[in-house]
Amino acid sequence: MSADFLYGIEVIINGLMAGVLYALVALGFVLIYKASGIFNYAQGVMALFAALTLVGIMEGQVPFGHLINAIFGTDIHHFGWEVPALLAILLTVLVMGLFAFLVQKFVFRHLVGQEPIILFMATIGLAYFLEGVGDLMWGSDIKTLDLGLPQGGSLWVEDLTAKLGGDDFYGFFIDKLDMVAALVAAVLVTGLILFAQYTKQGRAMRAVADDHQAALSVGISLNFIWVLVWSLAGMVALVAGIMWGAKSGVQFSLSLIALKALPVLMLGGFTSIPGAIVGGLIIGVGEKLFEYTIGAPFLGGATENWFAYMLALLFLVFRPQGLFGERIIERV
Amino acid sequence: MLYREAGDFKTSYKSDSQTFPIAFDRYRYWAVMAFAFLVIPFLINDYWASAILLPFLIYSIAAIGLNILVGYCGQVSLGTGGFMAVGAFACYKLMTSFPEVSIIIHIVLSGGITALVGTAFGLPSLRIKGFYLAVATLAAQFFLVWLFNKVSWFYNYSASGQINAPERFVGGFAVTGPNADAWAKYLVCLVFVTVCALISRNLTRGNVGRSWMAIRDMDIAAEIIGVNPLKAKLTAFAVSSFFIGISGALFFSVYLGAVEVGEAFGIQKSFLVLFMIIIGGLGSIFGSFAGAALLVVLPVALKVIGVDFLGWPTDLVAHLQLVVVGALIMFFLVKEPHGLAQYWRLAKEKLRLWPFPY
Repeated sequence: MSADFLYGIEVIINGLMAGVLYALVALGFVLIYKASGIFNYAQGVMALFAALTLVGIMEGQVPFGHLINAIFGTDIHHFGWEVPALLAILLTVLVMGLFAFLVQKFVFRHLVGQEPIILFMATIGLAYFLEGVGDLMWGSDIKTLDLGLPQGGSLWVEDLTAKLGGDDFYGFFIDKLDMVAALVAAVLVTGLILFAQYTKQGRAMRAVADDHQAALSVGISLNFIWVLVWSLAGMVALVAGIMWGAKSGVQFSLSLIALKALPVLMLGGFTSIPGAIVGGLIIGVGEKLFEYTIGAPFLGGATENWFAYMLALLFLVFRPQGLFGERIIERV
Repeated sequence: MLYREAGDFKTSYKSDSQTFPIAFDRYRYWAVMAFAFLVIPFLINDYWASAILLPFLIYSIAAIGLNILVGYCGQVSLGTGGFMAVGAFACYKLMTSFPEVSIIIHIVLSGGITALVGTAFGLPSLRIKGFYLAVATLAAQFFLVWLFNKVSWFYNYSASGQINAPERFVGGFAVTGPNADAWAKYLVCLVFVTVCALISRNLTRGNVGRSWMAIRDMDIAAEIIGVNPLKAKLTAFAVSSFFIGISGALFFSVYLGAVEVGEAFGIQKSFLVLFMIIIGGLGSIFGSFAGAALLVVLPVALKVIGVDFLGWPTDLVAHLQLVVVGALIMFFLVKEPHGLAQYWRLAKEKLRLWPFPY
């Protein structure tokens, strides 16, 4: 087989890996949208905040250190201890749960029943607020996330696939981190689906996603379910933040992955978990393939920013609700 | 006592349908116009112009444009930054290709070009709505920024991709370039703001505006009673992009002078203008002004308090700005979804009955 064709296959595989990461982010959106009809623009910033909190706890940083130093003239930066990774992750999950509770209590409880555009804009405000709070708490310099995840190209895959090509074909280069991310995403999605199908709270969540009033009449506490859903989305954001942060460091651009997840949602439909996965994979593969075949040779490269949107737009023309979304029925 | 309609009888159709039927409103309007045109140019200096007045005027035009699209017609658009870039680059190409023509004509023409581009990117609105449309306009935003970076014809093949506004004169006074006086820049922007506000106020009060609001409220019902959704939506996109393009052209030529497309017209700009109309009030011309004023003055005020007064480091104040803006948006949406314009309307209602409480 020719080297170009094999390289194309490698591009596709890398695209699938990237797609998995997109799907991870899109998952958080779908969770919240299903249960409360809110399109949570702050999901990307939640991932950033979760990753920042994780690194801050692990390194024993003083939260709001910079602010305290400015007000009181002190010079404290670290507590001096270091927290092991697993305990830090648990603590961060608790922090995200607290965040979910506060957001529900102070913002979205008062916005029940408002139009979707108002809710969307509230989440944009939340995104800015959370970004500022994250920067104030933990500082805005780039942090390295060191959880002991394997990185670098996988030699095992390379050796395995070296036999496919000719003499100077070195085998597929697939990052170990990407494989770990795919595995983690698979476990997460399976866990979420099992939770939704087989536990009482999961069933309550699906009931709320279906019809708020019916769920209320059966005795499900809407508030509790919404806090639960936001906490779950926070956990998913934490996982996404860890994966992306391990790749490229914890910095502001992490919050821009939310913008990458939007075409995934458009493609897959806003209300479907398998749609988020399939959409993510399609966008991941499509992006990398387009850049490789048409972008780099003819259009000068850097097309990854907007191609995903064009692809999603194309799908939307033929199927406005996305591949797996519910059909939009409007009544006058 | 002051704010009364009693005794104010209209004797012609023209006076009945005027923009400000109550006399007090009319006098207030003329007073503000007189102050803006006749007093401020003598008091203005470079700092006030570049920090507060010019951004306020320019963002007001953009906010009016976006308010027409989002507030009056209900089509969510996140592509404001990209359309401002179209206006800026169109103005640049026109200025460099036709240096003898007046800059005023160039700015209006770049508004027209942006209107055409806006109509093209508004075509998806005929098929998708709500968040899907917001994401589609986001595609326009990213695509336009990429386009102006990639195709070097737009920035005249310069090495850095930055465009610079050449010096232009209106009535013998420089309005662009480094030698322009603050009052000249201010007056140019003020004239554009006045004309744009008048046009948009009359459009929204007329037939076109009513068709927009019908589409916003219930587009299927509007179509049933005979409002043509294609015409309404595309004219909304066209008019909105016209204003946003003018604002972008002024932003580049008069205010900044030199612009790099990735920084100046990125998605942050789109969100900024969206915040202005949310806080100011969707569907209100006054709200566009109020929101623009708040979001231009707020960072400056925070910086003055934080850095000059309290002596905090600037990055801390920058983070605080994010926190305050985000908190303000959430607060406004919870307390008053209709924005500052609603408070204004309430104040006028109370004033009509004053000194009686109700």
